[in-house]
Amino acid sequence: MSTIDLETARRVAKLARIAVPDENLPHLAQELSGILTFMEQLNEVDVEGIEPMTSVTPMRLKRRADGVTDGDKQAKILSNAPDAREGFFAVPKVVE
Amino acid sequence: MTLNSLTIADARDALRKGDVTAVELTQACLGAIDAADALNAFVHKTPEIALERARAADARLQSGDAPAMCGIPIGIKDLFCTEGVASQAASNILRGFKPEYESTITSQLRNSGAVMLGKLNMDEFAMGSSNETACYGDVVNPWKVDDRRLTPGGSSGGSAAAVAADLCLGATGTDTGGSIRQPAAFTGIVGIKPTYGRCSRWGVVAFASSLDQAGPMTRTVRDAAIMLGSMAGHDVKDSTSADLTVPDFEAALTGDIKGRKIGIPREYRMDGMPPEIEKLWSDGTAMLKDAGAQIVDITLPHTKYALPAYYVIAPAEASSNLARYDGVRYGHRAALAAGDGITEMYEKTRAEGFGPEVQRRVMIGTYVLSAGFYDAYYNRARKVRALIKRDFEQVFAEGIDAILTPATPSAAFGLGEMADADPVEMYLNDVFTVTVNLAGLPGIAVPTGLDSKGLPLGLQLIGKPWGEADLLNTAYVLENAAGFVSKPAKWW
Repeated sequence: MSTIDLETARRVAKLARIAVPDENLPHLAQELSGILTFMEQLNEVDVEGIEPMTSVTPMRLKRRADGVTDGDKQAKILSNAPDAREGFFAVPKVVE
Repeated sequence: MTLNSLTIADARDALRKGDVTAVELTQACLGAIDAADALNAFVHKTPEIALERARAADARLQSGDAPAMCGIPIGIKDLFCTEGVASQAASNILRGFKPEYESTITSQLRNSGAVMLGKLNMDEFAMGSSNETACYGDVVNPWKVDDRRLTPGGSSGGSAAAVAADLCLGATGTDTGGSIRQPAAFTGIVGIKPTYGRCSRWGVVAFASSLDQAGPMTRTVRDAAIMLGSMAGHDVKDSTSADLTVPDFEAALTGDIKGRKIGIPREYRMDGMPPEIEKLWSDGTAMLKDAGAQIVDITLPHTKYALPAYYVIAPAEASSNLARYDGVRYGHRAALAAGDGITEMYEKTRAEGFGPEVQRRVMIGTYVLSAGFYDAYYNRARKVRALIKRDFEQVFAEGIDAILTPATPSAAFGLGEMADADPVEMYLNDVFTVTVNLAGLPGIAVPTGLDSKGLPLGLQLIGKPWGEADLLNTAYVLENAAGFVSKPAKWW
């Protein structure tokens, strides 16, 4: 039985960049623990010598010439931005 | 019969003969949609676009240049990006998002003359099995046998409900762990998840990229064959789409499966399986045998580990894919307090924008990919996935042509009934379907019977990679033998 403590739950939320209020951490930790316990059935499987799957269909990725195929769409790219100014995405100050 | 209840095949023939126009068909569907708000299936209606495309389809039909889908009114799952039309994956984080581009699949459907009626409800980011995680509220199953409101299944619950209730002739769905096949079974319709790579994923909001695959949801197997023909094909914009010729799926429906070997996997006979599902499965087996197929008992030994492997891999990929929702480029951005920096912007935006199930999966995915756990969870799950795929490869190598299983462990359950359940209990809905995504195979759900309460039940057929044509033909035989013609009684 895997258990996730409050500190781990807090750390996972931070890594995922999702704000979780302190009062919700115990419930989150409990849910994550339940799911991880379910996953631990995988420990019963003998995976000795098995390569992790990287592609479900054996295919070589296609190649093409390294050239520009698209572009000149600044207005379209910015059209859905919550805040765009002077041709840029605008965000809160990043560097002090 | 009302025009909106026609099959795609019959509507196509009537359109070509001039017995009906695309505008008339479209108006019948638009009327049915407006009268069905109680189902909450269509969440963004596009009547102007529909009528404009219907008029264009009529002109094309008159000129004699009409592909099979020309003039056929369809619904589009909210996961597909559609130019200038809200496409928000049923999530608040994409509220207001109107793509400047069209997904490859909806472009192909549009180019073949299909008429988009609007966007269909679904579970948020396709994460769910009951359509109860949508920002638009629950979809209600048109099937009703008592005073309960039932789930249409998920994640393509809006698509399933719309097709079952005759609001459209067909709909697009997507399937990452069963999201086409489970709702199809819950609503008495047909749904096929093609081989991974058969349909382009470009412009479809990504959930778990190595598992996601789109497919049609229709009222008959023939309609699925017709619609899949318009959706499939190679796309240079999706590097995992297969550069293979798309066969004529409809021409493959010969009804002849003599000598075909159908595998019955013993591991799918779960402990505590309801007797009704057991009987449905043995009845279906008998139907295929009567049609001349050879029934073979097979073993897929790693079946039991498919769900836990899936619930490592899918959230891992989701946590990576959903990192793009950061409040910068599109969709929602949280209101910030004085002094908040970019980290607070990300954290508040994602807390407000993602619902509880999406948050849970993103965090699980983050955990299994984090330093120290990557090998123990993620790599181990990918190794188990390789073993699950090998199980299938072995039975196909032994000459099995298709595999017959139940589509779901039960009929549709009531909305809200799983509210207090453990998340893992909801995940068990996908127990029969998820192996197919892990192995990248085609799978189809076909309605074959009703339970004692009168709710539809479906069987699943699993085929060989790229063998959709053959799979559809086997499904066609099963459909004909089962003779499922029940429809939900209109209450909405």
